[in-house]
Amino acid sequence: MTELRGDALRAAVVDALLEIAPDVDAAALDPARAFRDQFDFDSMDYLNFVTALHARLGIDVPEVDYPRLASLDGCVQYLEAAATRGAKNGPLD
Amino acid sequence: MAEFRMPSLGADMEGATLTTWMVRPGDTVKHGAVVAAVETAKGIIDIEIFEDGVIETLLAEPGAYVAVGGSLATYRSLSPGAVPQAATAVIAEPAPAATAKSALGPSSAAERPPMAAPAAVEAARAAAERRLVSPAARRRAAELKIDLAAVRASGTGGAVTLQDVERAAASATSAPPDMRTLIAQSMSRAKREIPHYYLATTIDMTAARRFLDTWNASHGVAERMLDGVLLLKAVARALEKTPELNGFWRDGRFEPSAAINVGVAIRLRQGGLVAPALQDTNREPLAALMRRFQDLVGRARAGRLHRAELTDATITVSSLGEGGVETLYPIIYPPQVAIVGFGGILLRPWCADGTIRAAPLITATLSADHRVSDGHRGSVFLAEVARLLQRPEEL
Repeated sequence: MTELRGDALRAAVVDALLEIAPDVDAAALDPARAFRDQFDFDSMDYLNFVTALHARLGIDVPEVDYPRLASLDGCVQYLEAAATRGAKNGPLD
Repeated sequence: MAEFRMPSLGADMEGATLTTWMVRPGDTVKHGAVVAAVETAKGIIDIEIFEDGVIETLLAEPGAYVAVGGSLATYRSLSPGAVPQAATAVIAEPAPAATAKSALGPSSAAERPPMAAPAAVEAARAAAERRLVSPAARRRAAELKIDLAAVRASGTGGAVTLQDVERAAASATSAPPDMRTLIAQSMSRAKREIPHYYLATTIDMTAARRFLDTWNASHGVAERMLDGVLLLKAVARALEKTPELNGFWRDGRFEPSAAINVGVAIRLRQGGLVAPALQDTNREPLAALMRRFQDLVGRARAGRLHRAELTDATITVSSLGEGGVETLYPIIYPPQVAIVGFGGILLRPWCADGTIRAAPLITATLSADHRVSDGHRGSVFLAEVARLLQRPEEL
């Protein structure tokens, strides 16, 4: 379970995004806008993105929560909450 | 002595640029070993040798454009009782002038002295391992006076490919012209030569969605599945009963294929699409097929497919996914004889058991070749796809 928060977590999410879509221009990324609208993401891209987040952060996002990962802001918000929850439940996880 | 030649990676390919040698003179290679990577409009493709042997001479340098059938290397065959022959003999003996054109060396591979300098091979290998800029891209960038630092890379490991350079040069257009030309050629040929017929049916995806929701809720992200894999498997299984939709039209007759290798139409980020094959689609368990599907999409988008994946598809499936469009009318990819289209899964009224309810529905279409089959067989096929999707756990 990741200990990253805030900007570090945001950077990790962008890294995961670039792994899936190397052609994405990180500087032009609108954090509030859905990836689907910005980069033409499809369901395979989402699955790969969630897989990359899991590999980097140790957070396995359930499928029902995918809509909350639609944008960069949404990702950071959701993952911070998930990491905090996980840290409380099991600090050695 | 046998010759390793540039293979044909599809009816629409005339040649390719050698990117990397994976072997050097003196290396022993096994049947099926990847010996080189070449760059085509469809990305960087690994090519294999189809005989056991010892590599003798590398005839082409990285960066050289070699026509289909042109010599790439010579090797000594180790196959028992082997007759000296080309590894992938597509053209028996091409005219030397058409064999290779390289901006660096002599115009013909036949005239060129054997490339024996290990240092050159070593340098090429080191460059390839760093995977920063393909040699072809570097040369083209120099020709076009393009600053490589400003070119966005799409290759594996962040490599700048030839296409990236071309794209940077033609910054006004989003699709690489080579890819667009290839698609236009194939589709024009299909429209000209294949007497298509078209069928469509609507399929209730309630059972399939429920199966996926249950599976995905109880499996970690690495084992989750998408709707697409159910569609691919259902098509492959249905083809077992309608073999006249699976195979090739060649030399004026139908060649059915025993193997069912479904080609998957994959949209590329830079525009265009490729349809590489998932070999033996009908035989693989769903979960394993999903991982191969995922891997295939990833490599297609990174421009890193294998030769067989570009040549072995016996039918194609094109799925528009969640874009919201209901029906797709696909065009057959020659020399195949059928293509299946799926629109998006949309919530629509569905009438069953005397009631109307809202259900996730998908429209499946079939375009098939009238020289081989007719509407009746096509409808048997689509009905079987629909039936299989009602029992996803048995796929």
